[in-house]
Amino acid sequence: MLNIENLHVNVGDKIILKGLNLQIKPGEVHAIMGPNGAGKSTLSHVLSGKAGYTITQGKVTYAGQDLLDMDPELRAREGVFLAFQYPVEIPGVSNIYLLKAALNAIRKHQGLDEVDAMDFLTLVKDKIKLLQMDEKFLYRAVNDGFSGGEKKRNEILQAAILEPKLCILDETDSGLDIDALKVVANGINSLRTEERSFLMITHYQRMLDYIKPDFVHVLADGKIVKSGGPELALELEAKGYQWVEEKVA
Amino acid sequence: MVGLQKYKADYQQLIAELPGQSLNWLQQLRADAYAAFSETGFPSLREEEWRYTNVSAIEKKLFSPLVSADNSTLDAAWLDTYALKDAIRIVIVNGRFCKEHSSLEGLPAAVTVSSMADALEQKPQLVEQYLAQAVGHDKHSFVAFNTAWFSDGLLVHVPAQLVLEQPIQLLHVVTQADYLATSRNIVVVEEMAQAEVIETFVGESNAYLTASVTEVFVEENAELILYKMQSESDKAYHFGGTYVKQARHSRFKHHNFAFGSLLARNDVHTDLDVASECDLNGLYLGIKRQHIDNHTRINHLQPHAISRELYKGVLNQRARGVFQGLVFVAEDAQKTDSTMNNRNLLLSADAEADAKPQLEIYADDVKCAHGVTVGQLEDKSIFYLKSRGLDEETARNVLTFAFANEMVEKVALKDLHAMVLDQLLQRFPQEHVDKEWL
Repeated sequence: MLNIENLHVNVGDKIILKGLNLQIKPGEVHAIMGPNGAGKSTLSHVLSGKAGYTITQGKVTYAGQDLLDMDPELRAREGVFLAFQYPVEIPGVSNIYLLKAALNAIRKHQGLDEVDAMDFLTLVKDKIKLLQMDEKFLYRAVNDGFSGGEKKRNEILQAAILEPKLCILDETDSGLDIDALKVVANGINSLRTEERSFLMITHYQRMLDYIKPDFVHVLADGKIVKSGGPELALELEAKGYQWVEEKVA
Repeated sequence: MVGLQKYKADYQQLIAELPGQSLNWLQQLRADAYAAFSETGFPSLREEEWRYTNVSAIEKKLFSPLVSADNSTLDAAWLDTYALKDAIRIVIVNGRFCKEHSSLEGLPAAVTVSSMADALEQKPQLVEQYLAQAVGHDKHSFVAFNTAWFSDGLLVHVPAQLVLEQPIQLLHVVTQADYLATSRNIVVVEEMAQAEVIETFVGESNAYLTASVTEVFVEENAELILYKMQSESDKAYHFGGTYVKQARHSRFKHHNFAFGSLLARNDVHTDLDVASECDLNGLYLGIKRQHIDNHTRINHLQPHAISRELYKGVLNQRARGVFQGLVFVAEDAQKTDSTMNNRNLLLSADAEADAKPQLEIYADDVKCAHGVTVGQLEDKSIFYLKSRGLDEETARNVLTFAFANEMVEKVALKDLHAMVLDQLLQRFPQEHVDKEWL
């Protein structure tokens, strides 16, 4: 599904990623944990195609294609979805409008007809229940005036409707209280299939209580310094990141 | 004969036909206004309030109210596209009341909605009580010009405690080339009453000049929502002014959409009494060589009043938008709470926005904020949409539309909302926009 080899990334003169390797197979859930400044968000941005990053070495293949060579919209249409840490507010455009525009852009790319209006409404209303959101959210402007929890739910709602192959969750747990976290985690769990892969980027272990990863990786100083199973997250929580950093040093 | 002389000569022929000539007070008012206008002429760029807007073209073009104002050419089907279905409607064609296209059906007997000419015959005392009370001809020379020249206009009077269910649409139409259409309008909402009024300005595809002044009186604890949709022809000149007096605890909301005309200037001024509230919203869209000048002044004259203001401009090609907003807080106006914002989106290198927000504060216990932005679409918003599969061009179109649509969304009247949205989409077409999903 996703193969990251020896990825080196700069922002301006600053070296952020220093030879990152990661392989994700279909259906796998990977968690990347790490201290602030380790390069977690840089990784999610580079994978989704955000401007402002220079790839100095390495390559990323996604479903056999050179991911780094693709425009952000092409990545999205090919099934890469980034749930933003800070979803952007767009006053003046309703949620449902964006959902329909996005779904149709993807369908068009797949050679499918535009979604039928009734089918679309049925789909959206079905998915919105999953996230325990009120239907009113559909007709509100995208993320405009949403609380932190509402924004994160909205990201997962988009994923549920767009049905990506690879879901990158960038600090999706940040800013969520425990009830909101459970709802969001349930939503994410319901998206798990044998083909769909997840890359969860998080600072804290608590989201992994609800979404069981297959693999946990520790990102420190631009590299993955330790990989393991779910138990690694618990160990990290108990001992702190310093423990890994010291071992590396 | 050139410029000002021609306007003055026309006036001597026109004056006998103007409404209310039998009323001494009005004769005097017009004479004073005419004298004031004669002295100064039209405003010049040397005046601070007009420094961004050159009106010399209207002196060169010589618009005249003496052009035959024949209504028989009025395209009823075209006019119908601007008529709000469920509203009480008063239509002014070429500066004069047109009964044929007006509809007063459903108007409560206690409410007065009439042409200014009729009102001056039937209820002269009522007009005298309000005319030139919200704005004097010394304000600027267009007000003086309008006061001397107005050929008709509209009077809306909602008596105390009456909540008007139906909105009232004042539809101003110009069908004649080179025509000078001057209207003077008065809207009064008495104590505890509520009303919604929509001013619509449209014209067939000609060059003409609209000079319209509306005086508004929102009495104690009353509420008025006033909409203005200016969709004049793209060759027209539009000079509009809305001057508001707000009594204690009154609420005034204004939604000002400036879409049409080659050159437009609009003034909105409001005087706030104790604990009154005003909410001024504006959207100006400029394309091609349009020039749209917005001028607002909020006078906090007494304590505890609240003012909110947001004007947004979208400017493409060689269009130019101007926003000059002043919030004035008098010495007595303690506990004033005011915010003023102006946001401009420039879509081309040749488009221009001039923004000048001003605060003039003489009280010491107030909360006043203001902000201005002039810029392009935000990269992070474009990226967000691209990350959802939209291509760059679509993302930009959606965001441009969204920027303007935020102001359209505030329109609660369904028919009007649809009409304003159509106007927006006409000027900034969106491919494949399915309106039902907006």
